[in-house]
Amino acid sequence: MSVVTEFETGPRATNPVARSDRVFGTLTFAAAVVVLLTLLGVFVSLAMGAWPAFQKFGIGFLYTAKWNPVTDKFGALAPLYGTVVTSVIAMLIAVPVGLGIAIFLTETCPRILRRPLGIAIELLAGIPSIIYGIWGLFVFAPFMQSVVQPALIDTLGQVPLIGTLFSGAPYGIGMLTAGLILAMMVLPFIASLARDIFLTVPDMLRESAYGLGMTRWEVNRHIVIPHVRTALVGGIMLSLGRALGETMAVTFVIGNAHRISASILQPGTTISAAIANEFTEATTPLYTASLIALGLVLFILTFIVLAAAQYMLRRMKQKSGV
Amino acid sequence: MLKSRLSLTAVIAGATLVSAVAAQAGDISGAGATFPYPIYSDWAKTYKDKTGTGLNYQAIGSGGGIKQIEARTVTFGASDKPLGGDELKANTLVQFPTVMGGIVPVVNIDGIKPGELVLDGETLAKIYEGKITKWNDPAIAKLNEGVKLPDAAIAVVHRSDGSGTTFNYTYYLASVDQGWKDDIGVSTAVEWPVGLGAKGNQGVAANVGQTKNSIGYVEYAYALQNKMTYTDMINKDGKRVAPKADAFAAAAANADWSSQPGFGVILANQPGAGTWPMTAATFILMHSDAKDGAASAEALKFFDWAYANGGEAAAKLDYIPMPASVVAQIKAEWTQIKGKDGASVWAMNN
Repeated sequence: MSVVTEFETGPRATNPVARSDRVFGTLTFAAAVVVLLTLLGVFVSLAMGAWPAFQKFGIGFLYTAKWNPVTDKFGALAPLYGTVVTSVIAMLIAVPVGLGIAIFLTETCPRILRRPLGIAIELLAGIPSIIYGIWGLFVFAPFMQSVVQPALIDTLGQVPLIGTLFSGAPYGIGMLTAGLILAMMVLPFIASLARDIFLTVPDMLRESAYGLGMTRWEVNRHIVIPHVRTALVGGIMLSLGRALGETMAVTFVIGNAHRISASILQPGTTISAAIANEFTEATTPLYTASLIALGLVLFILTFIVLAAAQYMLRRMKQKSGV
Repeated sequence: MLKSRLSLTAVIAGATLVSAVAAQAGDISGAGATFPYPIYSDWAKTYKDKTGTGLNYQAIGSGGGIKQIEARTVTFGASDKPLGGDELKANTLVQFPTVMGGIVPVVNIDGIKPGELVLDGETLAKIYEGKITKWNDPAIAKLNEGVKLPDAAIAVVHRSDGSGTTFNYTYYLASVDQGWKDDIGVSTAVEWPVGLGAKGNQGVAANVGQTKNSIGYVEYAYALQNKMTYTDMINKDGKRVAPKADAFAAAAANADWSSQPGFGVILANQPGAGTWPMTAATFILMHSDAKDGAASAEALKFFDWAYANGGEAAAKLDYIPMPASVVAQIKAEWTQIKGKDGASVWAMNN
């Protein structure tokens, strides 16, 4: 904008080139405003749609686990819990593996493999989420039920304290399965973001460290990762934002039950899955409003996560002067 | 980031705008229940071959169908849950049943064949309440002497979306189990005490198919098409019945269709030795003050054709056609459907 202002006040304001620049500037500005207005519009319409629910249940909507369409009593806690738990499971798995892939690609991978591997990871990111869902239900869930979950129940399930996390009957689908599918879906994002971030580390830093006799582990642990830490956290949060809002794949494998279970093997639900499942069939106005209120909660949750991510990525850019 | 936000809005917008997808010119547009979808699509195919008029039916569920017809975005809505007289009047709707069918419990237990297992209403309710949790529970074993039941936890599968099938299913459970009636109730969606949810009849069928030791409930045509292991039931008279067309028809035989406005009779837990206890009719909703009278006339022509010629196709999919006497009453009801000019569109047809 500052460039445009200069042209407007400068002596060449009547110059046709300057005018076309001004028009161009206004157009791009308008395009940016459209995005902001859309965002604001979505927020306002969600808030308006959700109003009857908040009016009826108050702030208690956020911490009530009841979801009963028969008596028209609704609370967001169960889907909120499911959303957070599945995303945490996904991040616990996808972050270390994703960073591993990124470090391999930037540091130790033979040059000839770099491109094919990079492309393969990006292809993984391009698979539509419904495919993950169908695969999850028809292939992954039976495998979980017959192999993984019985093993978990017999081993970790018997350990005191954490045992409750892995207790109950093996259903195949449930929060753990949903978390694992989500991990697969965000993994390529974390890996390719982290690879790009690692590539911003100046070669001079790496070479100096190797020159001082550091091992690969030491170079990555003490030089590369600390240098890009903020950006990495930002990238991870971008992926978290994706995990929080993922709908179709989760709906297929989470079990869609409005319950909070201590065991991660049990079915649960997430905000987006609940909306996708129930919106068309929400019979009372309060039911619809409660589902929209769920949407508003997810909107705010995602907004906070993404704002934090952008803030961290920006700080990193300022620091490295990119 | 943008994607997750977009997908959220897309779900909300998509749900309300499903109907915005314009039907092909001349096609009859309808939306609603998934329960009769197999027979409606079968009828539509034959009807199109005969007359050239197609049917654009969106199987989005009964609740969606009711919303769409109330918003007047479709020519007819379809619902498995009959609307009451007041609701029909308030929205100027005419309601009539098209076919009847059965809801069947389906299980996935190694070594158990279709029709080998038998359950009664109370046991089924207790399973869905989470009070019976194992397949070798004494209550199930008592009903199934000689059947080898596994010592495994029951994985309960229910609908995650609101559904007319659920309405009829919970109506039956409430009529046989006081605990269900008091604690859970009857609706298109309820607060399920146990189990996992799946979207649509297809979703339940897929989940039961994929989950060992599971039980679910689906419309009979879905159980047949997916070659699922259905169970027999003990009916109100204490007799064991298999889910078959004649058992569904037996439930409808004694129903007094004129007793409820809009033929809104619920056929759960009817008496009779050969009666299948979870039988249900499915209904069509149309405006009595149609916005587009010609479109309503086309829809009525289709249903008229279906009543006259669709019986065989319905029987093939194990639906029960409406008895001729009821069809005559339905056609009398059709005269209420009027176009903009106030003239009955059905009378114009003839």
